[in-house]
Amino acid sequence: MIGLEHYLTVAATLFVIGIFGLFLNRKNVIILLMSIELMLLAVNINLVAFSSFLGDLVGQVFTLFVLTVAAAEAAIGLAILVVFFRNRGTIDVEDVNVMKG
Amino acid sequence: MIQSDLSVILPEIILALYAMAALLGAVYTSKDGMARLLTWVTGGVMVALAGWIASNGEGTNVAFNGMFVDDGFARFAKVAILLAAASVLVMSQDYMSRRGLLRFEFPLLVSLSVVGMMMMVSAGDLMSLYMGLELQSLALYVIAAMRRDSVKSTEAGLKYFVLGALSSGLLLYGASLVYGYSGTTLFSGIIQTAQHGEVSLGLLFGLVFLISGMAFKVSAVPFHMWTPDVYEGAPTPVTAFFATAPKVAAMGLFARVLHDAFGLAVADWSQVIALLSVASMFLGAVAAIGQRDIKRLMAYSSIAHMGFALMGLASGTVFGVQAMLIYMAIYVTMNVGTFAFILMMEKDGVPVTDIGALNQYAKREPGKALAMLILLFSLAGVPPMLGFFGKFYVLRAAYEGGLAWLAVAGVIASVIGAFYYLRIVYYMYFGDEGEGLDKNGSPVLWGFLMASAAVMLLGIINMFGVEGAAAAAAAALVN
Repeated sequence: MIGLEHYLTVAATLFVIGIFGLFLNRKNVIILLMSIELMLLAVNINLVAFSSFLGDLVGQVFTLFVLTVAAAEAAIGLAILVVFFRNRGTIDVEDVNVMKG
Repeated sequence: MIQSDLSVILPEIILALYAMAALLGAVYTSKDGMARLLTWVTGGVMVALAGWIASNGEGTNVAFNGMFVDDGFARFAKVAILLAAASVLVMSQDYMSRRGLLRFEFPLLVSLSVVGMMMMVSAGDLMSLYMGLELQSLALYVIAAMRRDSVKSTEAGLKYFVLGALSSGLLLYGASLVYGYSGTTLFSGIIQTAQHGEVSLGLLFGLVFLISGMAFKVSAVPFHMWTPDVYEGAPTPVTAFFATAPKVAAMGLFARVLHDAFGLAVADWSQVIALLSVASMFLGAVAAIGQRDIKRLMAYSSIAHMGFALMGLASGTVFGVQAMLIYMAIYVTMNVGTFAFILMMEKDGVPVTDIGALNQYAKREPGKALAMLILLFSLAGVPPMLGFFGKFYVLRAAYEGGLAWLAVAGVIASVIGAFYYLRIVYYMYFGDEGEGLDKNGSPVLWGFLMASAAVMLLGIINMFGVEGAAAAAAAALVN
């Protein structure tokens, strides 16, 4: 029997993979975008699992909002990436270093 | 039903429709030729809305089954946000048009992000919170990268985007846990779950994720690393905008979530906020000492100021929220003036951000130097400037809330932080001879600088009534 905790474990694992992808990745900004997407989708699994477990539709409505926003976010992220590429000619994470912070 | 709902969010609808209509209008007519006009009109619309919200609202109005709350607290924050955004728009106009940066998208993206901010401070539900936050953030990512041909600006946009998306992810994960363990996304429902005895572990985890996501948006330590880079890389008017309106909105959202949804679990979050506050104050004070770039310096300064504002929230009392609101109002006024000065810093028509360029500035422009001196003293919290009273309020709130150690830490941090503000004053009055900055002065910027400095001096009489308004706003939020 697959219960709520299994879904939550999968979601938590995906979320942590997303965060690690964001911080350990030294290669490519595209991978950062994929990691962000992974985090948002992990949240969606969480929301849908809770929604089904609670018998409450609000969680699924929330999921639809998150999906929409994730699409808009990816579009803006890619747009900024294209502009950055035009200036630097590279999208390596290690080259995002004109300013030291 | 729907009509009364719509009448509650009418200001937001008007601003959103205005932005969309103006976008279409500008695209189909002369595009960037409209930019100057649109900047002024947008500023005017915002000031008009601020006046309308300030004079019209009464009591607490709830729309869409509690998803949107229009109370005294929201109105106070909205007026501050709208006025800050309008002043920054008007200030940016001259700087941007002289550098060919003035695009018609800028005022419209600012107004869309302001719609998001107004949603944030009025959120009564995790969904409206998230949508407002994202509307704000997406618009801000774009204007950070607005200078498309500049490596620094696009890099600032990219960094802001990646870290901002990470923080949205954290906040969202927290929201999903809060939903799962309380069974509702409404703040009024979440607070009832906390009412029945202890807060469950899952809810607590959700709260911690929510707090870390929001700490990102107010740039509190340890979630501050994007701030200096984004402030330095973005065009100066955009930096001025980042330092004012979004900070008010994020602090408003912070207070709203903590008090509306978790107001009965003060003991659970008060220590976390106190920790964020003390770390921000010290990092902001210490890390700014080595900075030569005035925009980076203002970034660390804003981190330290957010620490002080969080101190008011950490106390978890009505007075704490009032102190936070007063602090934010003063902070925004000071920053508008300071950035008006920074926007005027240029040499041979090129913007300068190195503080060494201010050597002997007082000899050449005594009036502007004096105004800047007042603002810097106020930022440092030197009495009798208004900045001192802001600090005094939050320190008192922390002390009365039983966080005496936090108040002591705040005093120490503000003494350390005074060093770098006073160093700029030293350069201006006693620095070495050197090639100075241009003697220029756009009357608009000059007016904002002088007005802000005057407020810092005259405000000590009665704070222009902000104190009473903040008290009413805080009473509306905390119950």
